[in-house]
Amino acid sequence: MHAVNDVSLNIRAGEIYGLVGADGAGKTTTIRLLVGALKADAGDVKICGYDINKQTEQARSQFGYLSQRFSLYEDLTVLENIRFFAEVRGLKANEWLPRCMEILEFVGLEKFTDRKAGQLSGGMKQKLGLASALVTKPRVLLLDEPTTGVDPVTRQDFWQLVIKLVSSPLHLSPNLGNLGGRWRGGEGGVAVLISTPYMDEASRCHRVGFMKDGKLIAEDTPSNLRARLNRRILELRGSPLHLLRHVAHQDEDVEDVQAFGDRLHIRVGEGKAQGVLSRLKSKIRSAGGQVDELRPVPPVLEDVFIALSESK
Amino acid sequence: MNEPVILVENLTRRFGDFVAVDHINFQVNEGEVVGYLGPNGSGKTTTIRMLLGLLEPSEGKATVLGFDAFRQSEQVRARSGYMSQKFAIYDDLTVLENLTFYGGVYGIRDKARIARTLDLVGLNGHESTLTQTLSAGWRQRLALGIALVHEPKLLFLDEPTSGVDPTARRAFWDLIYELANNGVTILVTTHYMDEAEYCERVGIMRNGKLLAMDTPSNLKRDIIPGDVWEVYAEPLEAGLEALPEIEGVLRVGLAGDHLRTITKRGKRKDDLLKALKGKNVNVKDIAVGEPTLEDVFISLAR
Repeated sequence: MHAVNDVSLNIRAGEIYGLVGADGAGKTTTIRLLVGALKADAGDVKICGYDINKQTEQARSQFGYLSQRFSLYEDLTVLENIRFFAEVRGLKANEWLPRCMEILEFVGLEKFTDRKAGQLSGGMKQKLGLASALVTKPRVLLLDEPTTGVDPVTRQDFWQLVIKLVSSPLHLSPNLGNLGGRWRGGEGGVAVLISTPYMDEASRCHRVGFMKDGKLIAEDTPSNLRARLNRRILELRGSPLHLLRHVAHQDEDVEDVQAFGDRLHIRVGEGKAQGVLSRLKSKIRSAGGQVDELRPVPPVLEDVFIALSESK
Repeated sequence: MNEPVILVENLTRRFGDFVAVDHINFQVNEGEVVGYLGPNGSGKTTTIRMLLGLLEPSEGKATVLGFDAFRQSEQVRARSGYMSQKFAIYDDLTVLENLTFYGGVYGIRDKARIARTLDLVGLNGHESTLTQTLSAGWRQRLALGIALVHEPKLLFLDEPTSGVDPTARRAFWDLIYELANNGVTILVTTHYMDEAEYCERVGIMRNGKLLAMDTPSNLKRDIIPGDVWEVYAEPLEAGLEALPEIEGVLRVGLAGDHLRTITKRGKRKDDLLKALKGKNVNVKDIAVGEPTLEDVFISLAR
């Protein structure tokens, strides 16, 4: 089995790149290859120019990694957790200590340095996870579904932090930038690779890569991805819905029908919208149904996701 | 005529001076899929706890499946299922063992019924899979199976598809619609707007009050005070500053790679283009936007 098959990614400084795909599509394996936790059978990975397999230490020192199930030591305090992560990465106290307060302030945990991690709320734990990933001043952040299971307000906060990191990497004071020669001014922002099951999060990325069966089958800006389905999504309202659904499915130019509470979204083949619009209403009426409205609607990333998932 | 499955009249719950649920009224009919949308602390959970008879109303009354929710809570709970994201599934048990265990809690010993439940949620063939190895989408099907094993007439779902990818989410909702078609009534509490879009009717809670309850289409038509536009402009920050200064613009927000704005009704694309000229904004495109439940929610919150 090829968990990840011939994937090429090129992510620039200051870019947020979203990796999406169904469970098992290869997102997590890709990230694990990037961090060097797994070794690729073929191909290579370069982080800021360093080969992850040949120059592992240099490459690793460039990235911060936050996984879906990041582990914090619940009986250590916030500060002790950061210290642990810093020392594991080979930082000395005179390196991590000055920057860590700034990072804690950045994520909003500066008042909780002495609190045990086990006594933090879910959102605070996640911010501590991010702070730990930032302590080495990474130029690349790899985030594997960091917001899964986190409430929407916290997700919102988390995204604000990520956007800030990318757009103004020198938000943290510049005198910290000399450590290890990393994170200097003028090099552009941090590069972020984030995997997510949420389409509203994907739409906040600069570019989105869609994985299926281990392959990267589409990659573009959210707008360009949506544009692929322009004039191919129709909204149908009427009753009864199950009859509407049945009749729509029968039409040869209809590729997909999705129920949404009080309405249906119908995906039609390329260039087929006009034909479907002109005949579907009368088909439904002669089957005994009622149509309140049938119209083209702008596609959303969720439509694109489903269309790509079904593609061969 | 069938009586409503849920009938809520002036339902109120106070905790000291705090009114968690404030004189709400609604009804849900058999086979309906109704969403109950609101942020944390808006009173959603307190309402559900009263519907399940776990909490006594301070005022008013909830009738569920014809029973008084508080005084006859045993009868209500025997006929209702509840599925939550935080629901405990035993990781070191298999799919079948989890289902058998929870079936036992409801006094279900009938193997055929457990097999039927597995089939319904599409988990047949996965009986001996250890739960810890299941993906988010499959775990959620198991949680649904557990909520359905005693064949309830009423199903409460709490954020059933958070963290699940769009294809799995869609499969889940197809299942929910099928249940509703067979007469099961479904109440979904969520703070995800996109999850609420799947419901036939949606009630919006805020500060203990039920602000509105209607179909998503009607809510969008009746509550949003104007038209929605997607503005593609560079740089985004400049657009974010310039748009609110334009007459008739009610609200502006960032939406990923573009801006989303609500204007008074009757504004045209040309009006916006003209107004943005000379403001150091390079406008690439302005398109009519689709109203969302988030727009409804924000409009109500003002």
